[in-house]
Amino acid sequence: MTVHLQTAPDVATAYLVGELDHHGAGRIRNIIDSTVMGMEQPPKVLYLDFGDVGFMDSSGIGLVMGRYRLMTELGGRLEVTNLTPKLRKVMLMAGLEKLGVLEKEGTKKDESFKQHENGF
Amino acid sequence: MKVLNSMKTVFESRSVNEAYARCAAAAFLTCADPALDEVCDIKTAVSEAVTNCIVHGYRDTVGKIYITVKLMEDGRAVIQVKDKGCGIENIAQARQPLFTTAAEEERAGLGFAVMESCMDKVRVYSRLGKGTTVVLEKKLTLK
Repeated sequence: MTVHLQTAPDVATAYLVGELDHHGAGRIRNIIDSTVMGMEQPPKVLYLDFGDVGFMDSSGIGLVMGRYRLMTELGGRLEVTNLTPKLRKVMLMAGLEKLGVLEKEGTKKDESFKQHENGF
Repeated sequence: MKVLNSMKTVFESRSVNEAYARCAAAAFLTCADPALDEVCDIKTAVSEAVTNCIVHGYRDTVGKIYITVKLMEDGRAVIQVKDKGCGIENIAQARQPLFTTAAEEERAGLGFAVMESCMDKVRVYSRLGKGTTVVLEKKLTLK
């Protein structure tokens, strides 16, 4: 598992790549947290992008809940994006929709961009 | 019930082996040509069970984790994940969603809940100081 981080004023995006399990989660969490805390101003939004996560167990739930706590403390919000149906199922099982961090179903950002490029 | 095929694997309780464990179980069961969703559920459940052995069973030590996978005549996959770690004091409590003894590691306490939702049956046997065995069962759709 790796993570690529992109920051702009007010926004941080963490693109997760690979299989998210207990082994990978600790390191990913540290990278995301130190990037967010290292920003000049705490971001208003942190995006966790799951578009390239092929596998996830309950470690992913812990990762989302922990980042939700961090962003709430910093006065910002968290958004979980690009969930496949399988990952969404695991997150719904944990009741993460109640935190209001899951993007609506069928709003995959990447795909809508692609459609635009192809002129619909 | 006749066992059609079976495998065993033993490995150290290092978190880097979580991927090996779930992939080994899934790879073995490809002999039954299961549906992709079923394979994904099995990988998730095995990953949870093995993580429990590492995080809870052996805590700060390294021990051995034993997995057996059996494919039964009626298409059931029966997976046993066993450790010789500390054991569980209260199994009913451990199975409760959101209960965890490793909150500092950001564990959500959903390991057993996820196993139950992915599998048809989850049985847990444990003795304090002796270890824990989790038996996961799922009926595969054979083609």
